[in-house]
Amino acid sequence: MSGEGKGIVDKGKEAVQGVAQTVMKKAVELAPDSLMPGGRPDPLIRRQHGHIGKPVSRVDGPRKVRGAAPFAAEVALDGMAYASLAYSTIAKGRIAAIDTAAAEAAPGVVLVMTHRNAPRLNPPPRFLSGDKAAAGDDSPIMQDDRVRWNGEPVALVLAETQEQADHARSLIRITYEEEPAATTVATADGCEVGTFMGEPLRAVVGDADAALAAAPHKVEVVYRTPGHNHNAIEPHAATLAWRGDELFVHDATQAVAHTAWSMAQIFGLEESQVHVSSPFVGGGFGAKGLWQHQVLAAAAARLAGRPVRIALSREGVYRIVGGRSPTEQRVALGADADGRLTAIIHRGVTPKTRHSPMPEPFILPTQSAYASETIALEVKTCYLDMVANTFMRAPGEAVGTVALECAMDELAEQLGMDPIELRIRNEPEKDPISGRPFSSRNIVAAYRAGAERFGWDRRSPTPRARREGEWLVGMGCATATYPYHRMPGGAARITLDAQGRARVDVAAHEMGMGTATAQAQVAADRLGLPLEAVTVRYGDSSLPGVILAGGSQQTASVGLSVMMAHQELVAELLKLAGNDSPLAGLSANEVESADGGLRKLDEPGHFESYASILGRAGRGELAAEGSAPMPLETMHWSMHSHGAMFCEVRVNAVTGETRVSRFLGSFDCGRILNPKTAASQFRGGIIMGLGLALMEETQFDERKGRIMNRNLADYHVPVHMDVPEIDVIWTDIPDPRAPMGARGIGEIGITGTGAAVANAIHNATGRRVRDFPITLDQLL
Amino acid sequence: MTPFSYVRAADADAAVRHSGVDAKYLGGGTNLVDLMRETIERPGTLVDVTGLSAEITETDGGGLLIGAAVRNTALAEHGLVRRRYPMLARAIVAGASPQIRNMATVAGNILQRTRCAYFYDRAGSRCNKREPGQGCDAIDGFNRMHAILGASPACVATHPSDMCVALAALDATVHLSGADGERRLPFADLHRLPGDEPDRDTVLQPGDLITAVELPPLPIAARSTYRKVRDRSSYAFALVSVAAALSVENGTVTDVRLALGGVAHKPWRASKAEQALCGQPATEATFRAAAAAELAAAEPLRDNAFKVELAQRTMVAVLGELAEVEVLGGGA
Amino acid sequence: MGIIVNGTDVALPDDPRVSLLDLLRERLRLSGTKKGCDQGACGACTVLVDGQRILSCLALAVQYEGRSVTTIEGLGDEGALHPLQQAFIEHDGFQCGYCTPGQICSAVGMIEELRRGVPSHVTADLAATAIPHSRDELRERMSGNLCRCGAHNGIMDAIAETYGAETHAEAAE
Repeated sequence: MSGEGKGIVDKGKEAVQGVAQTVMKKAVELAPDSLMPGGRPDPLIRRQHGHIGKPVSRVDGPRKVRGAAPFAAEVALDGMAYASLAYSTIAKGRIAAIDTAAAEAAPGVVLVMTHRNAPRLNPPPRFLSGDKAAAGDDSPIMQDDRVRWNGEPVALVLAETQEQADHARSLIRITYEEEPAATTVATADGCEVGTFMGEPLRAVVGDADAALAAAPHKVEVVYRTPGHNHNAIEPHAATLAWRGDELFVHDATQAVAHTAWSMAQIFGLEESQVHVSSPFVGGGFGAKGLWQHQVLAAAAARLAGRPVRIALSREGVYRIVGGRSPTEQRVALGADADGRLTAIIHRGVTPKTRHSPMPEPFILPTQSAYASETIALEVKTCYLDMVANTFMRAPGEAVGTVALECAMDELAEQLGMDPIELRIRNEPEKDPISGRPFSSRNIVAAYRAGAERFGWDRRSPTPRARREGEWLVGMGCATATYPYHRMPGGAARITLDAQGRARVDVAAHEMGMGTATAQAQVAADRLGLPLEAVTVRYGDSSLPGVILAGGSQQTASVGLSVMMAHQELVAELLKLAGNDSPLAGLSANEVESADGGLRKLDEPGHFESYASILGRAGRGELAAEGSAPMPLETMHWSMHSHGAMFCEVRVNAVTGETRVSRFLGSFDCGRILNPKTAASQFRGGIIMGLGLALMEETQFDERKGRIMNRNLADYHVPVHMDVPEIDVIWTDIPDPRAPMGARGIGEIGITGTGAAVANAIHNATGRRVRDFPITLDQLL
Repeated sequence: MTPFSYVRAADADAAVRHSGVDAKYLGGGTNLVDLMRETIERPGTLVDVTGLSAEITETDGGGLLIGAAVRNTALAEHGLVRRRYPMLARAIVAGASPQIRNMATVAGNILQRTRCAYFYDRAGSRCNKREPGQGCDAIDGFNRMHAILGASPACVATHPSDMCVALAALDATVHLSGADGERRLPFADLHRLPGDEPDRDTVLQPGDLITAVELPPLPIAARSTYRKVRDRSSYAFALVSVAAALSVENGTVTDVRLALGGVAHKPWRASKAEQALCGQPATEATFRAAAAAELAAAEPLRDNAFKVELAQRTMVAVLGELAEVEVLGGGA
Repeated sequence: MGIIVNGTDVALPDDPRVSLLDLLRERLRLSGTKKGCDQGACGACTVLVDGQRILSCLALAVQYEGRSVTTIEGLGDEGALHPLQQAFIEHDGFQCGYCTPGQICSAVGMIEELRRGVPSHVTADLAATAIPHSRDELRERMSGNLCRCGAHNGIMDAIAETYGAETHAEAAE
């Protein structure tokens, strides 16, 4: 293990988990809880007959199927005006003239805002630059005549109706003084090792180049992936109002607390003066953070003295909300005659802007993938004048596994070895870079179970061996991987009422993961209550916690926060119970929650219900708040989810069209809290992976730095006809180091999928396509 | 959307009376409303013509007269269309989505405009079709979806309709009503190649109203089909499509109708291929030669060279299917 | 005469630019019908007009005078969900819930088309009067409704169960 090697792991964790952890490296010895070495694991991990693990239907299902779940653009405020944005049409330069007279005179117009009359605002705090920083882009917002990317908002119109606002916006005439812009990687500004939270995206173990040169078997290949856009079906929107100096924002966000703090910074307010509510988010995938639209709408609302609704058009989402950057990745693998890796090299380049939080970190999945004597990883980045790139479902892993896992398939073919066998043979015993033990790693079991269920033994090792009419049929596999994350800031409050029912309050988010459902299951088991006796309140910045719905970490963060709140609650209950209770004299360590109350651990007869405790004390309710400890578990263990992805494709020999006919994901993600919603998350990731494999591409016209396919007709996402029945299975082996034994599941599905499809296409056709997406022209 | 006034026309005469310099006829709205929202179309008056004939009637000779306001779904599900002109039913259901097909009218489908991304980008891109003389950003830009046949230096856009490819192959006639009364036009002559006037999609004059489309009796069409190749398996515009009807007697091609979609500024009647097929043996070699003859004049752009090969392969495969001749299909 | 929305006569908008979708969402505050693209590319705004599914974003409200519009709010209510709504819950036919009303309205319209014998792109025999409720038929006919969360399998299961179609996928052809 080299010093540099250690660096990348620390860097990787910290980068995603937030600034505060750097400080906490020194505090490892303070590790207080069950997730630490020698500690007693979370008791819920062993609970077999509770609510956890049951396929509970979504508690918000009845509202969603009736269209009664309110989204951000559906909150009606009295006197509300509608916003419409005009976007720049050059990549760099300045606004020479802007004629708003016709727009101002148009019917219904309330306000036309440009850099000339926008209120002075502080720069938006860039995500990861502070523990509550939320902005995907830290460019000044309508503060000067500069243009920083093609599509930057340059004017906002407020009008009585959306139709009037949109029309008036079309009347604004702008002339620009264009300046040379960097819009291609070839002409980009600078090219340097990318950094993620101030540390380089680079790792070196031994001399990989020398080991590669000496290897008897080697593969050296370049894979390219294009830009991607999240394309949540709900476009970004906010409905907001000022009441005095307080700002109330109905937002669509994955970060209510972060957004409230960041908006306060921008407008020079106290954090407590901004209230952000976001009970339902119509898909996020990394995109629903703080972008210019919320800020512009709040600024316009202040100028106009009116509540404002800003609902971005689909084009607007493309213009101001970043996507995933394109990558060019070189993977070189060296192996001995037995297929044991002697060198892993994964280097490449990806563009970013000077205002975005990170370059696409495509080497992340390679860090802990395979045992190898030598490893060399590096992300180079260059700076473009374009809309800020950002996090999109499994940043790094989604596209990094394309290059790594296709290269593994290429190596297997060269070795004449089954691709699963090659992977198993290179299974590491400990983290190959950090040297840390794995908290739980059962990828081999996942492969074996998946291979049997999928019928992998029916795959011909020889490409192009199976043809049915016009269709060539093939199978491929690839490994999925995504790290366990838990970010600092988790907190939750549990409130018991006089009937012994519980309410959990936590500033978490629901964008399809089933947050309220799974957390109600967890809390019900934690509290020993029936599921119906637990409600979860979330999606509001007034609730406890600074919890990002990102990095597949929300469940762990909330779950541990609820566990800590429960500990506080038990202590409070015992105090309240007093000397007249069957629990008299017991300490918190001696009791557990069960059957709607507390009971002595080894003598269940010593029991008193919550309702009884509160009733005797004359209390209407009892609340306790807990905070999750710092995420020290990732300092001790290498913690990752894995999956074995199996794909069968049919490629038309005449037209090159690819149809995915079967897909199986076999996952090892720790304990599965709710099989019904978990299966949906796995499938959802896989389906986005099918899009990545076959059709998704943001078309960035390098001549003008402008995205051309800025709609859902030209940017293709999979339709029903593209999606076969997707089989998902899991090991359900609890991770003893994760709260509830569960690692995250929201992102892993998109990883490995692209490679599994590509490998299946190779098996079907003999064609190795290295430019994604794999469109039919590459298979003619 | 620019403000406009809305009037509903009770019949063709009323519609034509309402039309003026800045009026547009409105069918299902599936393309026009979108273009108006993008401010590419800015009519002062919308004349709603969905109240015109939505009837499908059999003509004396056994053809069909299709009212301009017939919805796409209604046309595709009509029994006579399915039996006598299956390529037309297949072309329609290959297009758009069911919701759009429930809205879109026959005339509106015919008059839909290109989906070129540069045409759509009024704020940020140059387009001669949208603003004559402005220049074309597609020629050197993203042009995967663009024309390989019949384009001009001014415009490389394609016509996006599937239905129209079948109508081109079926020798349809368009019934028009205009300032000078009623007239008829071969469907094949309705759409234009771009030349140096790419802003004109068709030969129609201002105020001209499509009142009906007539399909001639065409026994060969009973054995016809439509094949569409696209970037996802449904709900996407054609990269290449082929509408074909074929008659083979004693191993010889006796008659054929062939048209291509996704390759040109208009639905492309493949006359050269038809000539190369007639009287020849119904073999793969003949089909390949015919397809090659049609595509010989292709002038591909940066992103769409593959269409030249794809179009030929698809033609061969479709002809093979109709002739029940085994073709390898050229899978590489 | 106005437009009948879920059985209630509502006035036409004074501005002809107002789409049926915006009439529902902004003026009638029936926000169950969703705006995903406003350009006919996602299906989230699907409603039923006289029983036929259409895209309300591309429909100018003034064109629908006298027509009967059914939105998700008109399909079922809190105490009495439509069987398809119940099946969506049971089969987890959604995640974020944003495309869901459009999927459900679309499926209700789709089944009528299927029963009527309207052919689709995957219908093998155009002359057939009865079209099988196969997975491929359902998938093709629902392809105008995008879902980005990836609930496609659950949506198909819910439709298949509700309308008695075979619940197992056909073998890939």
